[in-house]
Amino acid sequence: MSLDSSDEMKRPEKTKINIGFVPLTDCVTLAVAKEKGFFRNNGLDVNLCKEMSWANIRDKLAYGVLDCAQMLATMPITSTLGHAGWKQHTVTSLVLGLNGNAITVSDKLYRELKGINADFDQDRPVTASVLKDLIEIRKARGDELLNFAHVFPTSTHNYFLRYWMASAGIDPDRDVRLIVIPPQQMVSNIEAGNIDGFCAGEPWNQYAVSQGKAHVLITSYEIWNNAPDKVLGVNREWMDANPLTHNAVVKSLLQAADWLDDKGNRIEAARIISREEYVGIPEEVILPPLLGEYKYHNDGDSESIANFNTYFKYSAAFPWHSHAAWYIEQMKRWHDLPETVDCKQVVKAIYLTDHYREVATEMGIDYPLANCKQEGLHNGIWEIESKQGRVALAEDEFFDGQEFEYVDD
Amino acid sequence: MKKLRVSIVDDDNGRSIILNAALLNAGYEVVSILRSEDNLLKHIECEQPDMIIVDLEMPGRDSLESMRIVNRYNPKPIVMFTNNADHEMISEAINAGVSAYVVDGFNEDRIKPIMDVAIARFKEMQALRNELEKTKNTLEDRKLIEKAKLIVMDQRKCNEDEAYKVLRSLAMDKNKRIAEVAEQLISITSILKK
Repeated sequence: MSLDSSDEMKRPEKTKINIGFVPLTDCVTLAVAKEKGFFRNNGLDVNLCKEMSWANIRDKLAYGVLDCAQMLATMPITSTLGHAGWKQHTVTSLVLGLNGNAITVSDKLYRELKGINADFDQDRPVTASVLKDLIEIRKARGDELLNFAHVFPTSTHNYFLRYWMASAGIDPDRDVRLIVIPPQQMVSNIEAGNIDGFCAGEPWNQYAVSQGKAHVLITSYEIWNNAPDKVLGVNREWMDANPLTHNAVVKSLLQAADWLDDKGNRIEAARIISREEYVGIPEEVILPPLLGEYKYHNDGDSESIANFNTYFKYSAAFPWHSHAAWYIEQMKRWHDLPETVDCKQVVKAIYLTDHYREVATEMGIDYPLANCKQEGLHNGIWEIESKQGRVALAEDEFFDGQEFEYVDD
Repeated sequence: MKKLRVSIVDDDNGRSIILNAALLNAGYEVVSILRSEDNLLKHIECEQPDMIIVDLEMPGRDSLESMRIVNRYNPKPIVMFTNNADHEMISEAINAGVSAYVVDGFNEDRIKPIMDVAIARFKEMQALRNELEKTKNTLEDRKLIEKAKLIVMDQRKCNEDEAYKVLRSLAMDKNKRIAEVAEQLISITSILKK
């Protein structure tokens, strides 16, 4: 069978590509796109490369060892601005998943917090005010600083942890010690007493809880409803040289995300990523959050967080400029980026809403017409103007009632 | 001359033994051989090596990177190595760039020159960074002094020149930098306001 000229024109420039990922539940969209044949159906032969550090992801993408990569939502920004020393214009037109992180503390710290106020975690979302009280008590006693870990210097986890602490008056640079530990080592470090708490992605919080050695205080979902956590990162140069390949990757991942909206499919997805070549953690630990069931304590019942892992519905994959802008504001707040960085210019050059729309149009998927939305205003499903009329978006509240207003122009 | 103290971070036992021997031969002191599951930050803080050698594929890379960025830790040159031929491109790029130094495989003869180059590069980078830091501090100092001047002007109903003289004599009395005195004044005033 011969291809007609329109098929010929749509054939990806590069069909054999390497996509990097880090072993976390959030690699599920990539794993599904590969295992369920979405990449293949779009003419791609994808090699998924398991990387053991975010620094490796960044470097290998920057220098073309990887064609595309699962990145933290902040990484295209830091790579483009050269946070680690060298600059590589990195872009994203697809969010790989919303939410998915949590702040977990050791059993020992949890008991100390309970000792101050036995009811401190009765009502969710839990604030850091009891932690603040404990820190003051420890200071007065002359105790060492508490150690909290996150996963990468400019990680989304870092900013969630800081935001949560700072809202209770904790200075994350002085009142605690923040360190970086790979997510897969959080549990052993909390067991060894090296750290008192951490902020990381799943399955590591639920794994720590299942070992009976730790408690989740708050999920990132509660800190800021439906924030983007991982994105598909590519070099701008690579995208310009391989536009059809890039389209095919985005298309495959949107199809995989759509497939993942079905709860039944998530059971299969959890089985896939529990394999050693992906996350290598038992399926029983990985699955519940994917089904919206979350355990804060080993001995407690699961609580329902319906949107804990959201991949497709509510335009979850759309790269909102207001999302990127919030992260940039946090990076400035904590001096990871200079005040002089022009947020609007940076966001437009990195979060490519129009490219998302181009692929969505081709697939008949509806999308928002705006690039920004008011963050922190909606506590339930709401609607916004879209290509086909109105499209539903999910809640976007901050746990402390803050609002974040950002407009492109 | 004092021996340079090196920490090795590698999960491959065989390789770290060879590396250890090569480093000893080349006149280095190996203070620790660490593995993924070790508490890297704690070890490195305690042992204070002059240099760290790490496998590119170790999960601990992100921890080491954070030590480089957070300046309260004394930054160290980090040498990364890999035996994977795929990494030729990345190793060249990083060599030409900034953050780290990758050795493609290693043999004993190459160790010393690579370490020497890495340390020299690191020192250059540090000098550059310190220079930047100094410039930044000068700017911040100036901002503090401006702010403190306003406070003095307001309190003593004096002009800018007189306010500056007040700050300068305070600094001389206390044997401190004007910026330090300015900072103290600002923080005291802000407490009084509360």
